Amino acid sequence: MCVNEIQDELIEEFSLFGDWMEKYEHIIQMGKELPLIDEQYKTDENLIKGCQAKVWLHADVRDGKILFSADSDAIITKGLVSLVVRVLSNHSPSEIMQADLYFVDKIGLKEHLSMTRSNGLVSMIKQMKIMPLHCNPA
Amino acid sequence: MKTDTLLRQEVIDVQSIRKDFPILGSKVNGRPLVYFDNAATSQKPWRVIKAVEHYYTDLNSNVHRGVHHLSQKATDAFEASRRKVAGFINAAHDREVIFTNGTTEGINLVAHSFGKGFVQAGDVIIISALEHHSNIVPWQLLCEDRKAILKVVPINEKGEISLEAFKEMLDEKVKLVSISYVSNSLGTINPIRTVIKWSHELNIPVLLDAAQAVQHIPIDVQELDVDFLAFSGHKMYAPTGIGVLYGKEEWLNQMPPYQGGGEMIKSVSFEETTYNELPFKFEAGTPNIEAAICLGTAIDYINEIGLENILQYEHELVEYCTEKLSEIPGIRFIGTADNKASVVSFIVGELHPYDVGVILDQLGIAVRTGHHCTQPLMGFFCIPGTVRASFAFYNTKAEIDVFIEAVKKAVVMLG
Repeated sequence: MCVNEIQDELIEEFSLFGDWMEKYEHIIQMGKELPLIDEQYKTDENLIKGCQAKVWLHADVRDGKILFSADSDAIITKGLVSLVVRVLSNHSPSEIMQADLYFVDKIGLKEHLSMTRSNGLVSMIKQMKIMPLHCNPA
Repeated sequence: MKTDTLLRQEVIDVQSIRKDFPILGSKVNGRPLVYFDNAATSQKPWRVIKAVEHYYTDLNSNVHRGVHHLSQKATDAFEASRRKVAGFINAAHDREVIFTNGTTEGINLVAHSFGKGFVQAGDVIIISALEHHSNIVPWQLLCEDRKAILKVVPINEKGEISLEAFKEMLDEKVKLVSISYVSNSLGTINPIRTVIKWSHELNIPVLLDAAQAVQHIPIDVQELDVDFLAFSGHKMYAPTGIGVLYGKEEWLNQMPPYQGGGEMIKSVSFEETTYNELPFKFEAGTPNIEAAICLGTAIDYINEIGLENILQYEHELVEYCTEKLSEIPGIRFIGTADNKASVVSFIVGELHPYDVGVILDQLGIAVRTGHHCTQPLMGFFCIPGTVRASFAFYNTKAEIDVFIEAVKKAVVMLG
């Protein structure tokens, strides 16, 4: 699936929720379920410091595609991070760099992008788009 | 008991007061706003909002410059506000009241000007472990510049400073003590009278960061005998961008200016510039005239309600909130000082404060989450931050009930 197909799939998934509580419960669940990053990569170097929540991000290259893994110490941020990883991971560097992440707005989570000082999400997305430039193809 | 309650209701008629603050009637995420982020900034009453409008429709002109009618009116209002501030903190003279753009600028002003005049290599500045970054970083900058030493008074698990440790730090090398009156993160009211007394025994001046105090506790700078006092207008129902630095005349006169520009000079030539007298020596450039005038309006408003009444009412809110929160399993209060003002800071179990804040926001509740610009303090408690509810006299116990239910809901959702 290409980046936009995954985004559309997410938008559809979220359209099923009746209210904010169901939506957040889903995000929290995703945050709880996904062991996103190998402990060895939870280093200071991989830490994207938000003002409040910490986010760790690691990238691997396989067959010309970038595989992201990430984690956060805040469960809602972790859930949001897992959404972004699901969308951007396993794509080519050019696809990642050109990606327009419209799903965040469409599923009503835009406020999490505007709170730039509160969580590391915006910095993480920025970092994910830069990372492919620094990854050596395996 | 019943009489007490009745009396109190007469002192703070909260329902009537709430009507003075238009924003309190708004809805957030479809729910009535519960605004518990007053330590970050307070809401503004109609009277202040209208005073802003009045300034721009009737008074707007630059101060202390023009001979024309409007400039005279603006100057009169500006200086009348300075007198109100002086009265509010009982300063001996208006000229000891310097308008700044906020507490941070006031502290930076002292760090810069006092530092330049009085701090040498090897000298010591004392702060406490409770301080806001704005009462840490200016001193670090000064100490770096002057090769001076910054010492930090430690705190105990309750979030109270150690007077014993403080006493041990005091010697002739100490040039200034800068400490918060009330901690922004924990609400601890520091034993400032003792701090000032002991410091003065060695002729060491004291700066009080009163950003979290002026709106809650009556302050008399002469009675306290404090040398410098900095606070912000926006936390006391006035607009943003205005603050006050009170300084004893004897110190301010000895200190070099902070910034150069218009207003702060007596005469300028390329060979020599002489400085204006107090307070203008420290007010370079056109000040925030509108906000300075409206600070006076906010002071009138506070005076009418009465700080003693405010103190008592807000204390009840803190007690009530603490009592109700204690019923939630896993609650851990951060800051349990015996003497506290208007702040309840906590975490629940292993829940990240950020997550709790997001859920509370969905429920229309505004609290602050995070480190509250006191990272060293959070380091002391080994936590990433707290959830902080901070109250003003327009908050109610009914709002606290809504807040408690919301915290419970967050615990269920996140747990």
